[in-house]
Amino acid sequence: MLYDVIVVGGGPAGLAAALEAKKNGAEKVLVVERDKELGGILNQCIHNGFGLHHFKEELTGPEYANRFIEMVKETDIEIMLDTMVLDVSEDKVVHCMNKTDGYMQLQAKAIVLNMGCRERTRGAIAIPGDRPAGVFTAGAAQRYVNIEGYMVGKRVLILGSGDIGLIMARRMTLEGAKVVGCVELMPYSNGLNRNIVQCLNDYDIPLYLSHTITNIKGNKRVEQVTINEVDENKKPIPGTEIVFDVDTVLLSVGLIPENELSRAAGIEMDRQTSGPVIYENYETSIPGIFASGNVVHVHDLVDFVTEESELAGASAAKYILNGEADRESAISITAGACAGHVVPQKVRLENIDKRVEVYFRVSNVFHDVVIKVKSGDQVLCQFKREHVAPAEMEKIAIPKVLLEKAADKKVVISVEKDGE
Amino acid sequence: MYDVTIIGAGISGCSLAYELSKYNVNALLLEKENDVSVGTTKANSAIVHAGYDPEPGTKMAEYNVKGCAYTAELCKKLDVPYKQIGSLVVAFSDDEMKTVNELFDRGNENGVPGLEVWDQAKLREEEPNLSEEAKGALYAPTAGVVSPWELAIALAEVAVKNGVELKLNTEVTNIEKAGEGYKIITNQGDIETRFVVNCAGIFADQVNEYINEKKFTIVPNKGEYYLLDKNQGELVNHVIFQCPNEKGKGVLVSPTVHGNLIVGPNSVPTDSSDLGTTLEGLEFVREAALKSVPSINYRESIRNFAGLRARTGVHDFFIYEDEVNKGFFNMAGMASPGLTSACAISVDMVQTIGKAGLELTEKEDFDEERHVVRFKHMSHEERAELIKKNPLYGKIICRCETVTEGEIVDALHRPFVPTSVDGIKRRCNSGMGRCQGGFCGPRVQEIIARELGIPQEEVMKDRAGMKIITGETKEVGGAN
Repeated sequence: MLYDVIVVGGGPAGLAAALEAKKNGAEKVLVVERDKELGGILNQCIHNGFGLHHFKEELTGPEYANRFIEMVKETDIEIMLDTMVLDVSEDKVVHCMNKTDGYMQLQAKAIVLNMGCRERTRGAIAIPGDRPAGVFTAGAAQRYVNIEGYMVGKRVLILGSGDIGLIMARRMTLEGAKVVGCVELMPYSNGLNRNIVQCLNDYDIPLYLSHTITNIKGNKRVEQVTINEVDENKKPIPGTEIVFDVDTVLLSVGLIPENELSRAAGIEMDRQTSGPVIYENYETSIPGIFASGNVVHVHDLVDFVTEESELAGASAAKYILNGEADRESAISITAGACAGHVVPQKVRLENIDKRVEVYFRVSNVFHDVVIKVKSGDQVLCQFKREHVAPAEMEKIAIPKVLLEKAADKKVVISVEKDGE
Repeated sequence: MYDVTIIGAGISGCSLAYELSKYNVNALLLEKENDVSVGTTKANSAIVHAGYDPEPGTKMAEYNVKGCAYTAELCKKLDVPYKQIGSLVVAFSDDEMKTVNELFDRGNENGVPGLEVWDQAKLREEEPNLSEEAKGALYAPTAGVVSPWELAIALAEVAVKNGVELKLNTEVTNIEKAGEGYKIITNQGDIETRFVVNCAGIFADQVNEYINEKKFTIVPNKGEYYLLDKNQGELVNHVIFQCPNEKGKGVLVSPTVHGNLIVGPNSVPTDSSDLGTTLEGLEFVREAALKSVPSINYRESIRNFAGLRARTGVHDFFIYEDEVNKGFFNMAGMASPGLTSACAISVDMVQTIGKAGLELTEKEDFDEERHVVRFKHMSHEERAELIKKNPLYGKIICRCETVTEGEIVDALHRPFVPTSVDGIKRRCNSGMGRCQGGFCGPRVQEIIARELGIPQEEVMKDRAGMKIITGETKEVGGAN
């Protein structure tokens, strides 16, 4: 079976990529989705706040997903549900399987990877204590509550102020549970400001900044959780213990791009994003294999996942029509002072029209700063910001004419105090 | 009236049940929890030791060496994950090199095959990620890594298939002499039996003292561990020990039989209810392991756990028939190398009970055929074939460990049936990966409920009472 484009994952990224691949001339397009329906994680995000950028209106997660599902239905894009991709090879064979079609090896001309991300767990951050039932990642709890209709607990402490944790604080409260607090290791919140206001403040749920869980007690279910304040090295300070009687701990301690398939395929990875190294057209280090959305880097807003994925899908179609683009000429973009990761990491000027949009995160909360795009000592362009925070992804558009001036084909993005 | 009642279904109890099931014996295996292998057997280093550690002349020395070979044989026979990867005891000083040489001599005295002392160059060649401070090592080729819970489950399954009765959720609360034999009082009623074997792990002293004079005291000793993701599993090729000290074998670094990296344990005397990890304990383990392998990346940690060793203060097992209460046997103090030794001890234990009067005639129809489908390890062709036969193998439930619905349903139709999500984890590996069941947990729960015909709320995380969900949404009467 030969496909023009196979999209791995039928969440918001995959749907946008498939649609744009189709619009840009790919004929046989297939979306492989492991769940029973399209939409990905949006299906369990029943709160609103989606689509403000893309649709200029406020939608719930399922509504946002459904807009794309409806658009896909208007096309002849093939959909394989309940189907797991086990392997993607360098020569673009997708190994996947389901109950009805069995084990399949599907050849594609181009592939778009849209597997999304997964949640960091208790084990990843080594929370000490007993191991009773009642410790959930926030997303797993969200699935139980919103999809399966089950409650996961009655008195809840949330570790981490990531957006899913904040959303679940409100959700659990609305379902009749008591959320006793939200505990954040960093001195600032890791969620969007609007979620702090709407999910914690509006329900009088205290936020404990610079605190962490130091013990979980419980024989069968969680019974008691101890938190401590942490010092500047994030070490718990003895004597600052606060003990909560709760039966549930929800973890919202970070998301990790899900790249087992990418790694196994031999795609070059970026240690900072935990995602593939990406070119300006969202192509990975393997020509004809593209990636976009949370599999590349974790986003705060689905709108930007869509935007990126449309570009990835269109690029996959162009790859089929125009063939491989030159890779030698690429300019590398890296993160400098006070900046976390940058996406895309490589830019080929001949592939961009007037400007390239670059996403990155800052490494701390700053006020009145300038984002500088530099080549050596030379500042190519700069962008002023009154407030930046790690929880909010930054986006800048660098004009092509300025990038052309980059010496050594190397560009660094850094964040500096205004006036420095 | 049973011929033999075994108290405790850890590796000792399960292996004894297995050995007894080869004979025409009416045997009963009692376990207080809802599954076998859920105590010390499931939470330890999972090493099959070669046998150079124990003092020559002890039961530990004898059964460690015998058990090392026999455990390997059993794993192969019963389709249990086991890899003979060999172990290294690494010396970081000239002093420790002396210890290595002593262990070499001791091992030879114990009859450990194939021991070698490696110099720095050989060590570096075989283990390039070891610390540069490493001076040399004792190499023991017969050491291996095993899935201890899968071994115990396999042994119990074969035992049950061959007529041993397994009673789960049955806690022994007292034992009385009754005629020729004993009356065992449990939370599920009284049990009459001719012989009793105490395999109660960290509770073995308590069980012994229900009727016998105190001969040993179990001081549970806690060990804490890190389990790291598979990308760390190839950092070392052997089980890497540091030189033993007064606290035990020290912190090891080893690939697990499932391909992860295990790091630990520390050694903390505690009580039988303490299975928690601590900030200090985990930090100690982390730092100690870096001395052996400086490049361990703890950001790839996927789980911490703690297990209890059934130590007695004496460096030997307590395997004996009580002098006063004839027909009551102890298999106790099964601290390291307990896992390695248990299966070999059980072989002899059956004969010992035989000498005490149990008639032993071999079963003609003993059936130890056991095969487990492990989709993950199959070729594309085998997978395609399998799904054609049964479409349930076409549905992946655990994405991290590539476990199919077919394998989970298989596990729910074996000689005895797990009823918890962790019970399935121990049989199928679902939830053992990097997402720790975040994805598959609810799905496994659903399959268990469906197959066993019980409401989803009644499917526990692990032991009885470990409720995952507390009710349905939109119920009246929340905490507010």
